[in-house]
Amino acid sequence: MKLLEHEAKDILRARGVAVPPSGGVIAKPAQVAAALKRAGKAPWVLKAQVLAGGRGKAGGIKLAKTPKEAAALAKAMIGMDLITHQTHGQAIKVRELLIEGGVKIERELYFSVVMDRKAAAPTIIASAQGGMEIETLAAEKPESIVRLTVDPTSGLRDFAGRRLAFALGVPADRVGAFVATAKALVKAFLELDCSMLEINPLILTPKGVMALDAKVITDDNALFRQPELAKKTDHEASALELEAKKADISYVGLDGTIGCMVNGAGLAMGTMDTIALAGGSPANFLDVGGTADEARVTKALGIILKDKKVKAVLINIFGGIVKCDMIAAGVVGALKKIKLKVPLVVRLQGTNVAAGKDILAKSGIAIIQADELWDAAKKAVEAAR
Amino acid sequence: MSIILDKNSKIVVQGFTGSAGTFHAKQCIDYGTQIVAGVTPGRGGQTHLDRPVFNTVHDAVRETGANVSLIFVPAPFAADSILEAADAGCATIICITEGIPVLDMARVKRALIASAQAGREITLVGPNCPGVITPGQCKAGIMPGFIHKPGPIGVVSRSGTLTYEAVDQLTKRGLGQSTVVGIGGDPINGSSFTDILTKFEADPATEAVVMIGEIGGSAEEEAARFFKEKMTKPVFGFIAGKAAPEGRRMGHAGAIVEGGAGTHASKIAAMRAAGVTVVENLSEIGETVARARKPLAA
Repeated sequence: MKLLEHEAKDILRARGVAVPPSGGVIAKPAQVAAALKRAGKAPWVLKAQVLAGGRGKAGGIKLAKTPKEAAALAKAMIGMDLITHQTHGQAIKVRELLIEGGVKIERELYFSVVMDRKAAAPTIIASAQGGMEIETLAAEKPESIVRLTVDPTSGLRDFAGRRLAFALGVPADRVGAFVATAKALVKAFLELDCSMLEINPLILTPKGVMALDAKVITDDNALFRQPELAKKTDHEASALELEAKKADISYVGLDGTIGCMVNGAGLAMGTMDTIALAGGSPANFLDVGGTADEARVTKALGIILKDKKVKAVLINIFGGIVKCDMIAAGVVGALKKIKLKVPLVVRLQGTNVAAGKDILAKSGIAIIQADELWDAAKKAVEAAR
Repeated sequence: MSIILDKNSKIVVQGFTGSAGTFHAKQCIDYGTQIVAGVTPGRGGQTHLDRPVFNTVHDAVRETGANVSLIFVPAPFAADSILEAADAGCATIICITEGIPVLDMARVKRALIASAQAGREITLVGPNCPGVITPGQCKAGIMPGFIHKPGPIGVVSRSGTLTYEAVDQLTKRGLGQSTVVGIGGDPINGSSFTDILTKFEADPATEAVVMIGEIGGSAEEEAARFFKEKMTKPVFGFIAGKAAPEGRRMGHAGAIVEGGAGTHASKIAAMRAAGVTVVENLSEIGETVARARKPLAA
């Protein structure tokens, strides 16, 4: 789950990381005056609370020197459509602004902690060149990037923090503050089961070290032991994705026209790829799971059909432990409850496949059957035209 | 021969008396697998599926000589179960459990690395995987046994049902399998593609390998490098997730393209450059292997 900047900063502040003075989050221009008061003296910074990076360049971060200017900016920014280089050409509606007091920036550093798959440990990636995107930095100034693997049990040691500080050229009078901040950030990463924690920029102020921005992604698998995170809304997920999640169905909405229902994440991806290869475009990723009974099939089909872009549905099930006849009965049962207005292609394979196909054929429901995945994909693409 | 499991493997099931453990252990027993014991803390001394139940893996290993652990323990406790099996002396551990926190797996992985450095190598397969099957000899996992048949093709995959699809295509074309290994869909797992390719390369019963990867991480790229430098047997590779958008997790925790890394294109390019036979169409995995092997058979 991705956290918004203000959520991430609240979490970090509570763990001893310095962040700019906060005036809180506002959703209406009328709330601006009170927020400015809470944030302290001018100037102030108004920051759009969206998940995409690259907000500054796209006009999602603005500086106000007077309350009047702040009010005008708030009015313009709330409700604006933000397109950054990370939104893939789509606009994101700005609903909330974070208001902060301005701070003196002496230098900008880049600091992040990511889970390194290969080292099987969190790894700090840092650079003396802050403010730039890490991808740009890696491409243009790879020599400026410092990497440090952290033991996932003990966290960041003081000496390792000092090494990092000196490698980044942190002045001696702020090395102590840098080490304390770096340790707190690593501790937060471990305590919150993060998969990424990025501070860009981490700034040197005349007196200390401060996180000017914060991007946090947490591990969904660990939500059972993260009560603080479990209460939060997943801002990235669409209404349909949240509905699917509640039913324990793994669903990701896409732009295409062929709705898919598949058992298993890998086969679900493979089915999407096959549809694309056959000249169509998948409307979603959907893993119905290992127990595809009637209730789950009904729920999954309902979610797929709520997407109005869907022109045809492809169900691809490889019956292993799940038996094809059970799934066929589930599909038939689901179609008694849901009126299907688009063509349905079903491909069953594996355990009890003959019995499954028989159930579908005898149901009297218009179902296009296919034996092989390639044939099924072609039929679905044809049906969606 | 085969890799990881054979007819002499003696398996202890952790999470034996739970619904998943019970169902799948029974399927394994029906396949002919030597399930010799189960572990459920607090139920030691009982009998389940005609097998003795123990409180600890240590007890099970001491009493039955089990050398492989198969884990169905729920996610919050699964990492500890892996470490218990390792501590009890199981040289092979297969963890089926899905949804283990990544940080837990980081700690497990580092413990296993430390164990190997101390001279005790442990093979962990999974988590979040279908398990391992050596057709006709031993099935330790949740895969449907009947789609497999003994033969010369090794299969290694990050996915479950996608593996069944590939195995089914092979079997229907008369191509049996030496061993089929699901390494799992998590970002940090026990055995990597390279670990399993190393075993297949050394296994006299394996003549060619099918490798099924997916987007996310760099395990496929590393495997491609290993293939180029160390392997003599042909490898056929498929990568799922070409149609997946960047930054979205596709079911598996590990299947996500982050910051432009782990893309379908980079994996395909790495495999091609290394000389792996790349299969673009999922439906043509079996056909591609069959076609490549025909001249050999003739």
